[in-house]
Amino acid sequence: MTDSKYFTTTKKGEIFELKAELNSDKKEKKKEAVKKVIASMTVGKDVSALFPDVVNCMQTDNLELKKLVYLYLMNYAKSQPDMAIMAVNTFVKDCEDPNPLIRALAVRTMGCIRVDKITEYLCEPLRKCLKDEDPYVRKTAAVCVAKLHDINAQLVEDQGFLDTLKDLISDSNPMVVANAVAALSEIAESHPNSNLLDLNPQTINKLLTALNECTEWGQIFILDCLANYTPRDDRESQSICERVTPRLSHANSAVVLSAVKVLMKFMEMLPKDLDYYGTLLKKLAPPLVTLLSAEPELQYVALRNINLIVQRRPEILKHEMKVFFVKYNDPIYVKLEKLDIMIRLASQANIAQVLAELKEYATEVDVDFVRKAVRAIGRCAIKVEQSAERCVSTLLDLIQTKVNYVVQEAIVVIKDIFRKYPNKYESVIATLCENLDSLDEPEARAAMIWIVGEYAERIDNADELLESFLEGFHDESTQVQLQLLTAIVKLFLKKPTETQELVQQVLSLATQDSDNPDLRDRGYIYWRLLSTDPVAAKEVVLAEKPLISEETDLIEPTLLEELICHIGTLASVYHKPPSAFVEGSRGVQHKRLTGSAGSGESVESPDNGSAAGVTEPPPAVIPSQGDLLGDLLNLDLTPPTTTGPPPPTSSGMQMGAMDLLGGGLDSLIGDESEPLGGDLGGNSAMGTGFGAPPAVMPASFNAPASGGLDDLFDLGGGVGMPMGAFNPPKTVWLPAMKAKGLEILGTFVRRGGVIQMEMNLTNKAMSVMTDFAIQFNRNSFGLAPAGPLQILTPLSPNQSIEAALPLSTVGPVMKMEPLNNLQVAVKNNIDVFYFSCQYPISMLFVEDGKMERQVFLATWKDIPNENEAQFQIKDCHLNSDAASNKLQSSNIFTIAKRTVEGQDMLYQSMKLTNGIWVLAELRVQTGNPNYTISLKCRAPEVSQCVFQNYETVLKN
Amino acid sequence: MIGGLFIYNHKGEVLISRVYRDDIGRNAVDAFRVNVIHARQQVRSPVTNIARTSFFHVKRSNIWLAAVTKQNVNATMVFEFLYKMCDVMAAYFGKISEENVKNNFVLIYELLDEILDFGYPQNSETGALKTFITQQGIKSQHHTKEEQTQITSQVTGQIGWRREGIKYRRNELFLDVLESVNLLMSPQGQVLSAHVSGRVAMKSYLSGMPECKFGMNDKIVIDKQGKTGSSEDAAKSGKQSIAIDDCTFHQCVRLSKFDAERSISFIPPDGDYELMRYRTTKDIILPFRVIPLVREVGRTKLEVKVVIKSNFKSSLLAQKIEVRIPTPLNTSGVQVICMKGKAKYKASENAIVWKVKRMAGMKESQISAEIELLPTNDKKKWARPPISMNFEVPFAPSGLKVRYLKVFEPKLNYSDHDVIKWVRYIGRSGIYETRC
Repeated sequence: MTDSKYFTTTKKGEIFELKAELNSDKKEKKKEAVKKVIASMTVGKDVSALFPDVVNCMQTDNLELKKLVYLYLMNYAKSQPDMAIMAVNTFVKDCEDPNPLIRALAVRTMGCIRVDKITEYLCEPLRKCLKDEDPYVRKTAAVCVAKLHDINAQLVEDQGFLDTLKDLISDSNPMVVANAVAALSEIAESHPNSNLLDLNPQTINKLLTALNECTEWGQIFILDCLANYTPRDDRESQSICERVTPRLSHANSAVVLSAVKVLMKFMEMLPKDLDYYGTLLKKLAPPLVTLLSAEPELQYVALRNINLIVQRRPEILKHEMKVFFVKYNDPIYVKLEKLDIMIRLASQANIAQVLAELKEYATEVDVDFVRKAVRAIGRCAIKVEQSAERCVSTLLDLIQTKVNYVVQEAIVVIKDIFRKYPNKYESVIATLCENLDSLDEPEARAAMIWIVGEYAERIDNADELLESFLEGFHDESTQVQLQLLTAIVKLFLKKPTETQELVQQVLSLATQDSDNPDLRDRGYIYWRLLSTDPVAAKEVVLAEKPLISEETDLIEPTLLEELICHIGTLASVYHKPPSAFVEGSRGVQHKRLTGSAGSGESVESPDNGSAAGVTEPPPAVIPSQGDLLGDLLNLDLTPPTTTGPPPPTSSGMQMGAMDLLGGGLDSLIGDESEPLGGDLGGNSAMGTGFGAPPAVMPASFNAPASGGLDDLFDLGGGVGMPMGAFNPPKTVWLPAMKAKGLEILGTFVRRGGVIQMEMNLTNKAMSVMTDFAIQFNRNSFGLAPAGPLQILTPLSPNQSIEAALPLSTVGPVMKMEPLNNLQVAVKNNIDVFYFSCQYPISMLFVEDGKMERQVFLATWKDIPNENEAQFQIKDCHLNSDAASNKLQSSNIFTIAKRTVEGQDMLYQSMKLTNGIWVLAELRVQTGNPNYTISLKCRAPEVSQCVFQNYETVLKN
Repeated sequence: MIGGLFIYNHKGEVLISRVYRDDIGRNAVDAFRVNVIHARQQVRSPVTNIARTSFFHVKRSNIWLAAVTKQNVNATMVFEFLYKMCDVMAAYFGKISEENVKNNFVLIYELLDEILDFGYPQNSETGALKTFITQQGIKSQHHTKEEQTQITSQVTGQIGWRREGIKYRRNELFLDVLESVNLLMSPQGQVLSAHVSGRVAMKSYLSGMPECKFGMNDKIVIDKQGKTGSSEDAAKSGKQSIAIDDCTFHQCVRLSKFDAERSISFIPPDGDYELMRYRTTKDIILPFRVIPLVREVGRTKLEVKVVIKSNFKSSLLAQKIEVRIPTPLNTSGVQVICMKGKAKYKASENAIVWKVKRMAGMKESQISAEIELLPTNDKKKWARPPISMNFEVPFAPSGLKVRYLKVFEPKLNYSDHDVIKWVRYIGRSGIYETRC
């Protein structure tokens, strides 16, 4: 009997002919015709026109023919609902057939016909079948309830089928139990809150009994259902685990993995010091390894799951590294997954073996696999410090092969190794630079650029190298552009003299010629940083980077927990929660592991005291490789807890912003390289410009802003423009009498976010003075010279010189009395002289000291009242607006103003360089020259200073 | 659960299409063809997600079997089911080929209707299925009422794999211990990884519902017995016992009993089945040792010498020995000299294949070859795939020994002694590779 001939009937008028044959009197001919119809249906031809003729063949005692007709019905009933009714009678009759196989067939097929009118007729036969004496019929009817629920959920509830289904959980036949469990689980998924699967110790017991007796598939349904149960205590947990563990020896991998899921979940409830817990851990490893000798597709699913299990409980497989070694004939998907797990299991104990394997893999044929192997070598270096050196030399060997993609991949990972072990392997940079031309992938180019920027001071031709990338700036990918921008800014900060042009070029490319908002934003941030506060720029851009964590590509813990609850399923294959790929309401409930009370989420190895992972803090999750490069200001890898310099906000940017708007780049470079030069030293030409303060506020401020910029600067509606900060006049700090003829007058100014100490040095002695240097004693706010004192020409008798010394606030801190006291030592060729002076605290008020209104309100309330200090400012004749303006120029910002009974209340905030916020309420009464000021601050010590500062500012 | 199941030929034409769930439409059939079968790239994953529909596929010769779903199904179960489906089909009509599938499409639909219900796998034991799904459809009509209940109780029952009332004139048992030994060795002869994956395959022709008990030289069992028995006994047997890393059993084996007592007891299916699978990694007898020597003579010549040594009792004979020595892609010519067997350079496979029909234990043999290479400017070095080997030996490389296989049938009139038992050990090469 060859049925294949039915596939080849493609004559014209086929439908017509089939019609005739279907209506033939001969049984054989009829059957032949139905077979042809099914064959046509299979290949996708529309044979729905034959519906009545096929249905006519239904009334037959030939079971094979009947099944074929049913198959046809299931396919086309929906498109011909009216005619499908014709079949109902036969179904109902068949449900009464003495042969259980036919009863089951009828109820099974009826459930698959999604026509409302038919489902109505289905209810009665289904009710009977659910209570049929034959288990075969009952198990079929159980599934039929799920089918019916899918068509008409309300009907199922109204008819009470759910209760009958629940009763079937106690059925004597294990397969009926299994199907009932499957059906109930499915229905429960679409009713997340219903208590359908009322799992309690009694039902669990029934399920566990059925588990031993039913088919392999039934065992899977039961285990998957068990996994949703939450045991009441660790005792129950253990007893369920004990009854599930025998399943680990089942030949069916799905039974094994579902059992693993139950055990992984229930283990959370067990106390870690329990003997049984350790036993269970040991029992889990062998079956997982055995899964790797299954067919490749199953291996793949198993490996994806093992990947999760290893992340959750590394101790289970820590000794099983070898089984994950790649075999030459493994399919590529198995190879890639094995590699992933190898890296996760790599440790000091097995690293030599792992590296030898990885090196072997790096010479294979498949490009993806080779790349991943190279990347894995880098990850080993980061994970196992002892192996870093060997890894680096292996990578260098691989670079020597000159195979393009190997070289590129190697460079990407070497960048990470540099991040992890700074100042250790930089000797290889030369080799890397040799391969610059062969890099054509964005990630590799970006990595190389990062390396050049980071180590610019050690690469003689760093500027040339970076310039070569700049030529095709707009053709590069965003990743490369961002990296190039950062690298050039780094280079500029390290070698300012030779690279001004380059930095200008890249800033204008990034800000003016680019449509990419990320790039533009970063460009502007750098630009403003450089223009307002080069010292800060240096601190930010060249900041010491947090070390990268050893584990990359870890799955985020809550997702991991959810995925553990889905072991064996598609979610565990995709490593995504079901909601990411399942439509509608099904399966979108998020599952969580439930830990035992107290021990919570912590994953600890049972053998406390062993080296593995007990003392280590949980590794921070690092985003995938691609994001590594997008490090805004080189800091985005910092976990949120690390405090980095806050990104400058627009309100703190007035000075730089004005420059930007007015003069553009010229003014940037003109103004800003001065303090920078001072900061970095070594450029004599720059020192001369210091005396005269640069024009802070160009008249062109109101000139039309270049496109897109205005929105960036919130120049505040209500607040008037600042009139220039108050700078106290110079006073004598060191009289000539005390310093062998050296007289120093000085003051402090804050300009563009930079604190400067401005001094007049006069030689009142008879001999030439040279070799000036300055040092500060430790002080309250960590003020320190940001560079050496720039007095390069000798100071002849009776000559005066002006010097400006930029100050940083990152020096050593010691509390002084008064708080703003500064002890200074000045040295020249004659002697060392000491003096002390006081700086106005407003020098320390930063430009972004404007608090949000809500934050202000909350903070004000939050600071306890005992921290409040009240002062009187006498004889001040300004109105409140003028006062506000005046204060703003000293970075005291008015946040709100309120007038109550002729009294103006100004609410103000300021922020010190060390992050201390001071909140103020200034009361100004018209006609009354006495102001009242209330200061609130978490560090009340500063209040006195701040008050004094108010007084000085307002009265000058 | 499984939403649909499709079978395609190598061109992507549908041979079988059975949809179980409403969320799977006809377009799914085409989506798989276009995105997987007709994809240019090599298959990168056996699970493919296309427009929120997941496709699981396995391939048998040039036939594709694909299961489709839109839900978060148990993926392991789906693959296990696909394999099972292949087994069932093979048990009914032999090799899974386009011709066979087309010839039996009615049967396949009938099977699919029975073993998957609404996408839930049902009983898929061939033994049970064959009792009521037959190629002569009419036959099922002639079951008596008793037969019908017998069928249904078997399909759903605790012992779904065996029907009652089987009778044989001669009660016979065939037991094969089939092992495949896997090895990865470094060029220096260091074992990088080695394991044996073994199977116990049975053919039982036994009457009634016999209760069987199988025993082997499992270290855990022997050690336990050693404690109770005499110490001399333990020492003697202790040497011969093997450590089994893990084992899995046919569903007929009572797993809880194994878990508790480590005894393997079962009521066997009738005919062919696989009783258990196991894996060992300790004290493996590696039947052959391969010693490679590859020398590059200039840029256009390679000299290869490979020695194989047999490492088992000299009275035993290994068969079907084949050594496969990979050659570079730019090979232009090969000269081979071997002491034993026949060797040939197969250009299409990029390998020298050396075949030796038989070889006794404790012997050695050698092949040497000169490989001429075409000069290339390909910078990438030749990856040097490992030298692989195939063979068959008449013992179990793991050292596994069958200690007993007892049969009890309480109702019928035959005893363990009346059963004729045949035991055979075959060790084959799995992936047996030596890097060079």
